[in-house]
Amino acid sequence: MTGMGTNGAGSGPVSGRGASVTLSNLEKTYDRANAAKAVDGVSLDIRSGEFLTMLGPSGSGKTTTLMMIAGFETPTAGDIAIDGKSVVAMPPYRRNIGMVFQNYALFPHLTVEENVGFPLKQRGVPKAERAKLVAEALELVHLPGYGARYPRQLSGGQQQRVAVARAVVFRPRLLLMDEPLGALDKQLRENLQLEMRRLHADLGITFIYVTHDQEEALTMSDRIAVMNDGKVAQVGSPEDLYDRPDNRFVAGFIGESNFLPAVVRGMEDNIVIAECEGALIRALCPGRPASGEKVTLTTRPERLRFADGVWAGTPPQNRLSVTVTEAVFAGERCRYMLQAGDGTSIVLKEPSSATIRRRAVGERAEIAWSVADTILV
Amino acid sequence: MSEVVQPASLALAVSRPKTSPFDWRRAVPLLLAAPLLIYMLVFYALPVVAMLLRSVNDPTWTLSHYATLLDDVVFQKTFWITINTSVTVTLGCLILGYPVAMGLVRAKSMAPFILVVILLPFWTSVLVRSYAWMVLLGRHGLVNEALLALGMIDRPIRILNTPLATQIAMIHILLPYMILPIANALRQIDPSLIRAASGLGSTPFMTFRQVILPLSMSGVAAGTLLTFVLALGFYITPAMVGGPRDITLSMLIAQQVDQLNWAYAATLSAVLLATALAILAVARKLPGVGNAFRTSMR
Amino acid sequence: MMLGRILPASIVGLILFFLAFPIVVVAIVSFSSATYLTFPPPAFGLRWYEAYFSNPDWLKPTWVSLWVAAAVVVLATFLGTLAALGIARLPKGLRIVAASLILSPLIVPGIVVAIGIYYAYARYGLVGTPIAMVLAHTCLAVPFVVTSVTASLSGIDPRLEQAALSLGATPGATFFQVTLPLIQPGVLVGALFAFITSFDELIVALFISGTGAVTLPRRMWDDLRFQIDPTIAAVSTLTIVLTAALMGAAHLLRKRAERNRTAISSAAA
Repeated sequence: MTGMGTNGAGSGPVSGRGASVTLSNLEKTYDRANAAKAVDGVSLDIRSGEFLTMLGPSGSGKTTTLMMIAGFETPTAGDIAIDGKSVVAMPPYRRNIGMVFQNYALFPHLTVEENVGFPLKQRGVPKAERAKLVAEALELVHLPGYGARYPRQLSGGQQQRVAVARAVVFRPRLLLMDEPLGALDKQLRENLQLEMRRLHADLGITFIYVTHDQEEALTMSDRIAVMNDGKVAQVGSPEDLYDRPDNRFVAGFIGESNFLPAVVRGMEDNIVIAECEGALIRALCPGRPASGEKVTLTTRPERLRFADGVWAGTPPQNRLSVTVTEAVFAGERCRYMLQAGDGTSIVLKEPSSATIRRRAVGERAEIAWSVADTILV
Repeated sequence: MSEVVQPASLALAVSRPKTSPFDWRRAVPLLLAAPLLIYMLVFYALPVVAMLLRSVNDPTWTLSHYATLLDDVVFQKTFWITINTSVTVTLGCLILGYPVAMGLVRAKSMAPFILVVILLPFWTSVLVRSYAWMVLLGRHGLVNEALLALGMIDRPIRILNTPLATQIAMIHILLPYMILPIANALRQIDPSLIRAASGLGSTPFMTFRQVILPLSMSGVAAGTLLTFVLALGFYITPAMVGGPRDITLSMLIAQQVDQLNWAYAATLSAVLLATALAILAVARKLPGVGNAFRTSMR
Repeated sequence: MMLGRILPASIVGLILFFLAFPIVVVAIVSFSSATYLTFPPPAFGLRWYEAYFSNPDWLKPTWVSLWVAAAVVVLATFLGTLAALGIARLPKGLRIVAASLILSPLIVPGIVVAIGIYYAYARYGLVGTPIAMVLAHTCLAVPFVVTSVTASLSGIDPRLEQAALSLGATPGATFFQVTLPLIQPGVLVGALFAFITSFDELIVALFISGTGAVTLPRRMWDDLRFQIDPTIAAVSTLTIVLTAALMGAAHLLRKRAERNRTAISSAAA
C-alpha cells in the first residue's frame, strides 16, 4: 500500500486491521425549543474487527449516533474515540472512515470508475496506481468491467456494490453503513447480506451497521446494540439478545415474545418460581426479586409445545392450561392463539407435519416449555 | 438576595466559553450573498428609492404631491384606463388560457407541440410581438385585408392605435403567464379522482364543474394574479399599438420624466408600485396561492 | 359524443393559432421582396436581410447588444450563483429579506425600475455608456440566475456532499468536484436567461442608452416611430431564432438534469 496517504485516525493503540471505537456517554440534542435528546448517554465499546449492528426503530438514535461517528453531527456531550484517540474535534474528511449511505449517494456526474477512484484522488494517489486499486475494489464486489458506466445505468443492487467498493477502496479501518440494503427487494437483500459477511471476513476491518430490520441484524452481526429512545437497550450477540433479553423492549423488538404476568413465590439458586394463571412457572433470573413481587415472564412462541405431543428428551417443566382461540396454517408452521385462565393471550408456533394433529378453535389443551426458555424481564 | 441571584450568574459564566469564539463558518453564507446584495442595493434598490423620495421631498418634505392626485383629472383617467385594461386583459387571458391549459395537460403525443406553440411567443421579446401586431392590425394589415375579402367591411377600419389593439396584443403577450400556472395545477390533480367521479355517474361537464375546476383554482388564482400585476406595468405595447389618447400609468410616468417633472413622475411611480404590491400582498394570503405562485415563478 | 371531443379541440387549436400566427407572419414578411409592408408578400427574397447586414446603423446596435448581454451573463452568473449558494444556507429571516431584494425586479413595474435607474445614473454621468447598460441589465437578469441555481441546489441530495467528505474530500474539494458539477445545468440555464433578458430589454435602454450605447431593441423602437420597414421584420426574425434556440437549449438542459436525478432515485427505490 504505497502512496495511500496518512491514516488519519490510526496513530493510537492499534490492534489488527480494524479500528476499535469507544463511545462514552454520547449525547445529542438538536437546538430546537424543548427538543428531546436524539441520543441520550450512549456508551459502547466496539472491538477491532467486529461486525456491530445498531438496531432500533426509527427515531431511536441509531442513525444520529452513526452520523456522529462519521463526523457529520457534533455530539452535545460525551466522547468518540477511534483506536483510543478522540475524534470529536476532527472534521469528517480527516477521519478516514468508509461510509455506505442509505441511498448509496453515488455521484451522478461521475462514472463508476471515477466514483470508486474519488477517495484515492483526494489522497493524491497517482493515476496508474489508482486504476489498479479501483479495478481490485470492483473485483472485490463482483463488478469488474463496469467502470465506464454511469450510476444511472446500473441496477439498485449494482449501485449498492459500487458504493461499498468506493467506501473500502482506500483501506479504511472502519466501515459505517446506514441501512445500505433498505431500498432493495427481499431476494437481493438476502444475497447481499451474505456478501457483506464475506466482505467483512475478507477485509478484517471493523463494521458498524445501522438497520431497523431485526432479521438482517441477527443474520449478519457479531454483536448487536439494540437502541431505543436514544439509549442502548442491550448489547450482545444475536443468541444473547434472542435467548436472554434484558428487558421487555428487547424481547418485543427482536422476534416475537409472549409476556406472562406473574407473582414471585420463591427462588431456587438462580431460578425464580412465579405463579401465573394458577400454575407455578420457573424462569431464569439474574437478580433476586422479593416474594410477592409482580413480574413479567417472557418466552418465545416457537419454544412452546402442546404437552401431549412427542418429546425427544425429558419433558419440560413449565406447564399451563389453555384454550385455543385461533388456529392459522402458515405453510412451514401452524400458529395458534391461546388463552390461559382469565385472559392472558399466548402465541404458540408448531412446525407443520403430517404426523402432528392440528388443534381446533375452542379445544382445551395443556402447553409445556423448558425453564431455560423462560426469562424474567 | 445575593445568594438567590448567584446560581443564575454562575450558569451564565459557565455557558459563556461555549458561545464566545466567533465561528467563521457561520458567516460564509452571508459572505457569499453579500456581493450581490450590495450590488443590487447600489445599482438598483437605492436608485429606485432615491427617485421615489422625490415624491415626498420636492422641494421640501411634503405629502402635497399625493394630495393633488385626488383632484388630478389626468391621473384619475389614466389610472382608470390602466386598471380597466388590466382587468380586460386578465379576463381575456383566463378565458383563452384555461382551455389551452387543459389541452396541454390532456394531450399525449401532441403535448410537446402545444408546449412549443405556447413557449415560442413566450420567449420572443415584447417589442417583436408588439411589432407583429402592428403588422397584422394596420390599415393595410392582414386583419383588414381578410375582413375586406370576406365582405364583412367595405373599407379598412381603424384597429391599430385603439384600445382594442392594446388589449389584443397584451392578451397575446400575457397568455403564457396564465396558461402555465393553470397547467401546473391541473397536472397535480390525481387522475383517479376524475375516473372516480365518472365511475360515480358524473357527466363530463359535472366532473369538470365539481372536481377539476375547484382543484385547479390555486393555479387560476396564481395565473390571474401574475397576469394582472404584469399588465399593470405595461409600457411598450400600449405605446406602440395603443391610441394616442388612451395612455396608461406607465406612459404617463415616462412623459413626465421627459418633461423632467420628477416629483410628479415619482408620485405616480409610488402609486403604481403600491397598487402592484398591495394586490400581491392580499392575494398571497389566499390559501394555496402563495405556493402556486412561487412554483410558477420558476 | 364526437362533437363533444372535436369542439374543445378546435377551440384549443384556434387559441394556439392566435398565439403562433403573429410570429409566423413576421417571419414570412421578412422574406418579402416588396419595398413596403404587405401580406401575403408578392414574391420572396432576402433583400431585407441584405439591408440589415449591409447597414452599419443596424449592425452597430447589434454588436452593442451582444457585448452588453455577454458582460451581463458573466456578471449576473457569477454574482447570482455565489448568492444562491449563500442564500440556501442563511437563517430563515435573513433569507426572506435577501430573496425579496433579489427577486423584486420580477414584480416591480419596468417603468419604475427604468426611471429610478435613469434618475440615479444620470447624476453620475453614466447615461449613454455601455457600462450603465451592463450594470442595469445585470440587476434585471440576476433573479433568473438565482432562481435557476437555487432550484438545482435544492435538488441535490445532501448525502452526496456528506459522501464526498467521508471519502476524504475537503469542503473546498467537495464544492468544486461535487456541488459545482451538479448545479452546472442550473447555472447554464440561468446564464442563458440572463443573456436573453439583457438582449431583449427595452424599457431601461430607452432611458439610459442615450446616443452612446444604442442597443438593438432601442434601434428597432426608434425605427418604428417613423416607418414600418420590413428590415425590422428581418431583425425580429433573427432575434426570434436566436432566443428560441437559446431557450430551447435551456429547456433541454433542465429536462436532462431532471432525468438524471429521477433515473438515480428510481433505480435506488
